[in-house]
Order: sequence, then structure tokens, then C-alpha cells
Amino acid sequence: MIPELGHFALIMALVMAITQSIFPLIGAANGNQAWMALAKPVARLQFLFVSIALAILSYSFLTNDFSVAYVAHNSNSLLPAIYRFSAVWGSHEGSLLLWVFILSLWTIAVTFFSRGLPNYFLARVIAVMGLVSVGFLLFMLFTSNPFDRLFPTPADGGDLNPLLQDFGLIIHPPMLYMGYVGFSVAFAFAIAALLGGKLDVSWAKWSRPWTTLAWMFLTLGIALGSWWAYYELGWGGWWFWDPVENASFMPWLIGTALIHSLAATEKRDVFKNWTILLAICAFALSLLGTFLVRSGVLTSVHAFATDPERGVFILILLSFFVGGSLLLYAIRAPSTKSGGQFKLFSRETFLLFNSVLLLVVMSTVLLGTLYPLIVDALGKGKLSVGAPYFNAVFIPLMTPVAVLIGIGAIVRWKQDDASRVWQQLRLLLFASIFIGVTAGFMFYEVHLFRTIAGIIAASWVTLTSLAAFKARLTNKKNKLAALQIIPRSFYGMTLAHIGFAFCIIGITITSQHSVDLHERMAIGDSVEFAGYKFVLDKMHVVSGENYQATEAVVNVFKNKRQITTLRSQKRIYAVRNMPMTEAGIDSGLMRDLYISLGEPLDDKAWSFRLYHKPFVRWIWLGAIFMSIGGMLAATDRRYRLKVLKHKTTLSDKLATST
Amino acid sequence: MSALFRLTLPFVFFLIVNNVCAYDEPVKFNNIEHEERYQALIEEIRCLVCQNQSLADSNADLAQDLRKEVYDMIVAGKQDEQIITFLVERYGDFVMYRPPLKENTWLLWFGPFLLLSLALIIAIIVIRKQSSSDYTEPDMDDNQKQRLAELLNEELGKGKDKE
Repeated sequence: MIPELGHFALIMALVMAITQSIFPLIGAANGNQAWMALAKPVARLQFLFVSIALAILSYSFLTNDFSVAYVAHNSNSLLPAIYRFSAVWGSHEGSLLLWVFILSLWTIAVTFFSRGLPNYFLARVIAVMGLVSVGFLLFMLFTSNPFDRLFPTPADGGDLNPLLQDFGLIIHPPMLYMGYVGFSVAFAFAIAALLGGKLDVSWAKWSRPWTTLAWMFLTLGIALGSWWAYYELGWGGWWFWDPVENASFMPWLIGTALIHSLAATEKRDVFKNWTILLAICAFALSLLGTFLVRSGVLTSVHAFATDPERGVFILILLSFFVGGSLLLYAIRAPSTKSGGQFKLFSRETFLLFNSVLLLVVMSTVLLGTLYPLIVDALGKGKLSVGAPYFNAVFIPLMTPVAVLIGIGAIVRWKQDDASRVWQQLRLLLFASIFIGVTAGFMFYEVHLFRTIAGIIAASWVTLTSLAAFKARLTNKKNKLAALQIIPRSFYGMTLAHIGFAFCIIGITITSQHSVDLHERMAIGDSVEFAGYKFVLDKMHVVSGENYQATEAVVNVFKNKRQITTLRSQKRIYAVRNMPMTEAGIDSGLMRDLYISLGEPLDDKAWSFRLYHKPFVRWIWLGAIFMSIGGMLAATDRRYRLKVLKHKTTLSDKLATST
Repeated sequence: MSALFRLTLPFVFFLIVNNVCAYDEPVKFNNIEHEERYQALIEEIRCLVCQNQSLADSNADLAQDLRKEVYDMIVAGKQDEQIITFLVERYGDFVMYRPPLKENTWLLWFGPFLLLSLALIIAIIVIRKQSSSDYTEPDMDDNQKQRLAELLNEELGKGKDKE
């Protein structure tokens, strides 16, 4: 009975979503206040019904209700309670429910934090988000109902994939979806602006904090995914260029271009059409990501659900939203008046170049991801496009992005003098080269060229960001007061750019200087590796709630002093009888030591893989900095105050009057 | 070694051996160049039975066999090209993560750079067009420009504070 209530709640949510999309849209078109006013309460009701559905599905999992097919396929009475809860989004149907839940979460956030928005505009934003919800609820109810019953009811469930029985599953998907789905807000704002036919600076200002927040979540979500893969998959990789990873990376690239383009649009009234296009593109890529992961067109390490029928449905959804919004764009964009003027040598130009570059990078990732499918579909053979391809094209395309970040931070809006900029950047450029070359030669012997290039790029981004920050303090008598005057968004930008530099360092050094060793070890054996001594202390059996594991205990010594004990397990999960490796990791700011237990070789010895991964933590640390930066920028004073009073500020006047 | 360990070890072995091939003997090279080539090669060869893993990352039986074959070929003195040719002849282009440059991958390899050139050309044309249209620079010398910029910055800063 209870799962049927969940099903009913979904149907009610659909009814709400339909109401939420139709009436406010029509109301906004012909000025019917009552119809527009419907948007907020209906959106909140939709949230209520989706929450009920999610709660009921969670309840079915927690109470082991195996008469529900989805629960029976993805849970088991032996599964620990915390994973029974996160198993809710462990597979296809539930992750769609999570998708819709997060969409309705963003929608009600918009209804609460949008008091500054004009009625007709808010009505359109909520209506567009409702429309997206309609699409996904239909998809769920017709092809992927999580409440479908199973008859006869099995005595026990098929269990959750052991790969997913991890802390990572609890937080990674919700975070990633917060990002993915968050771009639907930017999309809804863009469509609302296009529908209204009035593309002005205020649209960019309204949409900016939402977009930055979504970007922040996506950054965190991707970083969490990378960290999870690193410790869970057991071979020390943190990025595989797997189609599923690419699916989340593409919206991130466009989202990054979008938040920068929005800044230019808001501040200088430029690139309005381009920004709109990026907003549509970011959301389209989020949908495409869902399509790629959920349709079964890919075979990849992450794709747990595959079903072509669903694929066709998502493809129709995708065509509807992307096609529809591009059509609207094609009709409305040409009539947009060009706004602020700027010279070739100006911050606008550098921002534009950077967003164009990011678009090209995204297209490359898209090309590489879809190419094997296209070639296969055309009957031109089967081929694989993997990490060697992506690294070969991604790095040369991303390098100019780092260069442009540095210049963009220094160059002024509107127009600047190239010789002034050169004068300011000259010293920073030499300093970066000096740091790169010195550090490279001091610490490394192999892969010097790439290492030095990476360190130079990171130093360049950091130094120019700091210089731009310092420029805000020059000619100020009271430095402390000046620090307080600097807007929070500027702190955010500086921190995010420095975070990017951290990522560059982490990626460069880990990729170029990680070493690993495949070794046979029996109890008592020791191995010298990367300046450490690893001693296999003992092997013993460990029992978990739903698995049996063989655990290797390895003591690690440096200069004859024991620094840590690593434990790596080979687990056998009872229900699926599936082996899993749990890596033993000693993490540090400068290096990770990582061991993973292999197979038994004979009755005494086991095979082990040892990894020394320098600076790998910097990749995720950088992502954390970027996220905090995004958080700071999104909660800048002017967005918070806008809720209470919205008056035209001097910067708006300047921007619109030029 | 604990008694428990002694008792349960055969059981655990049985489970593991039943699930994956136990052949995971570490490979040893006498020659550092061979070892580096081996490592680089197995990272670029796809395990054909896994979803999306290289030979280096995979534990599947087939991957282990193929690793052994690559190892033997390297030790036998074969060059990388010969090894790749051998594998591609047997399994097709699918086995290589680095797609070969040929007719059906032309777009894949050159597409990004063509797109980049095209995008930059369009961006420059757009910027030039708008920066030359109905906008004339006020006649000022450098000092005046600097002063104006400073004033504007100050003014913008104030505006933000008051907001």
C-alpha cells in the first residue's frame, strides 16, 4: 500500500508540474496576475509531492520491502542501513527521482529567494523549470517507475553493487546532481529572458548567483567522484576520461565559461546573446550527460543501468528542450541590441577568448566521447578513444586558458594599454618562469619539460591573481579598511583562480611523477620503494556486516622509523559473491602512499601493487578552493541585499548608459 | 599467524580463486627501458572484456594473458610499433586507446584544432566589428586617461559599498 502512495505522489507531482508550467506561462504572456501568482504555491506543492515520493522510496529500502522491484534489485537484508538509504539513488529509477527532487529543491529555492524579481519574469522562470520537471516525471512514470511491484515477492534482494557500498555513493551523486540540475535555473532564467524579449543587464544580475552556486556544486561533485574512484577502484587513478566522467565535465567547462561571460554581461552589458547561448548549452549538456549515462549507449565503468527504450525517451526530451530553446534563441537573439563598447585590447576580449576556448575544449571532449559511437553507427569500424587521445588534445587547448586567466586578471574593462599591461605582467612572467625552472631542476629528473611547463602555468595563474588583488590595495591609506571594502566576489574569484593553479600542480606532478611497483610479498617480506620500506606484517581475515575480507597489514618505514601502517583488503561480498579491493592509503599534502592487495600467488605469497603519488591531494584541494571561491562569489553582498531593496546602482547606470 | 587465520585461510582462498584468475605474478625486467615501454604500452591497450579499462588497470583473465603476451614480445626484442601492429591485426583498432591517424579518425584528431581556429577567427571579427562601430575615443592624453580610470574605479568602489 505504501509504495502505491509513492506512485500516487509522483502522479500528483506531475499534475503540479503541468499546472506550474502552463498557467504561469500563459499568465505572463497576457498579463493575467492570478495565473502568474499560481507559479509559487504550485511549485511548492510539487516539491512536497516529490519529497513524499522520495521519502516513501527510502522507507521501502529501509524496511526491506522487496515487493518493490527497484528495492529488490538494489538492496538486500544484509546491506547496512546507511547503504540501504543511499541505495535509493544507486541505480536508474532512484537517481531519476533524485534528479527530480533536486530540480524541485532548486525551484522552491527560486520561489523563496527571488523577491526582487518582477512577477512576469519569476512566473516564466518557474514555468520553465516546471516544464523540465514534467519531462522527467513523464519519463519516470512511463519507463522507469521506482515503485513498480515485483510478483512473486522474492525472499531477499539482489544487493547493491559492492562498488557503490561506500561513503562516496552517499554524497557524490546528490552533489553532482545539485550541479547538473542547478544549471536548469540558469537555463530557466535565459529562456524567461528570451520569452520576455528583453535581454538586459538585470537578467544577468539575477541569474549570476544561481549559476555560480550550481557551478560550485558541480565542481565539488566532480571532485568527489574523482576522489571516490581514486580510493575505491583500487588502482590509484583519479580521472579516466571515461564517458561518464566526461558527461559531468562538459557542463562544468561550459558552466565555467558561463559564469565568466555572465560577469561581463552584468558589468559591461556585453556578450548578451553569447551568454544566453552558453546557459542553454550548459543545461543541454546536463541533459546529454543524463542521456549518456542512463540510456545505455555507452559501455563504461560507471554505467550501471542500460536500457535502449529509455534512451529514445531521453533523446526525445533532449531534442525538445535543446531544439525548442535554440529555436526561441534564433527568433529572439537577432533583435538584441548590442550593449557596451570595448576595444580589442580589453578584459572583455580576454574573457571572450577564454569562453571560446572553453567551448572548444568542451567540443573536443564531446567529439572524443561520441566519436566511437558515431563511427560505429556509420559502420566505419570500431575504435576506442581513451586517455591518450584526450590528454593529447586537452593539454594544448587548456594551456592558453591558463595564460589568458593571468592577462584577464590584470587588463581593465573596456580598453587598456598593451604596454601598461606588459609592464605589469613582465615581472610576473619572469618570476613564473624562474619558479618553474628552478623547482623543476631542483626536485625532478624525468619529464622535465612538462613538469616545468605545469609549474610555470600554476605560478603564473597564482601570481597574476595575487597581483590583481594587490592592485586593489594600492593607493589606499588604510589597508585593513581597504580589505573590507573589496567585495566578497573578488575574494571568491581570487581564491578560485588559485584553486585552479593547485589543480594544475596536482595534475602535472601526479601524472608525471607517480611511480608504482607490482611486487610479490609473503609475510615478513620487505620492499624498498620510492624512499620507503614496506614490510608485510600480517595477513588476516576480517568480517564486515555483509562481506568477508582478507586484510594485508603493511608497515611503512622511512629512515628506519615507522611512519604508518597501511591496510588493504580483498573483500568478497556475500550476496553477489563479487571481489572488491580496498586500497590502503596514507595521504599527505606532498604525497600519497597507496597499496592495493592483489591475488594470492601460492600458499604463502600475494601480489601487491604499491603506488607513490606526489601532490595528488592538490587536485581535490584545488577543487575545494574553487568551490569556496564560488560560494563567496554567489553570496556577495549585492546579491544578498538585493532581496531587501533593489535600486539601480551606479555600476548599473554606468554599464547601461555607455 | 593466528589460529583463526589458519582455519579460514583455505576458505578465503577458495572464494578468491573461484572468482578471478589467480595468475597475477609480478613481471620483472632486467632492462629499465623495457619496463618503461611495457608500462606505457599496457596503459594504452584496452582490455577487451572489461567495460572501459586498460590492461594496466584490469584484473580480468584476458587482460592478464594479454599483459603476458606484451611482456613476452618486449623481452623478445619487438618494437612498440610491431607489438601494436600485431594487436591491431588480431583485435582491430578497438584495442588501442590512442586511435590511429587514418581516414576515419581524421576529424577526431584535427577537428579540435580546426574548430579552435574557426572560433578564434569569428571572435576576432566580432570584436573588431563592434569596437570600430560608432564609438570615438575622447581626445585625452595618457595622464588624463589614467586619472579618469582612477576616478571611475573609485566611484565604482564607492557605489558597491553603499549598495
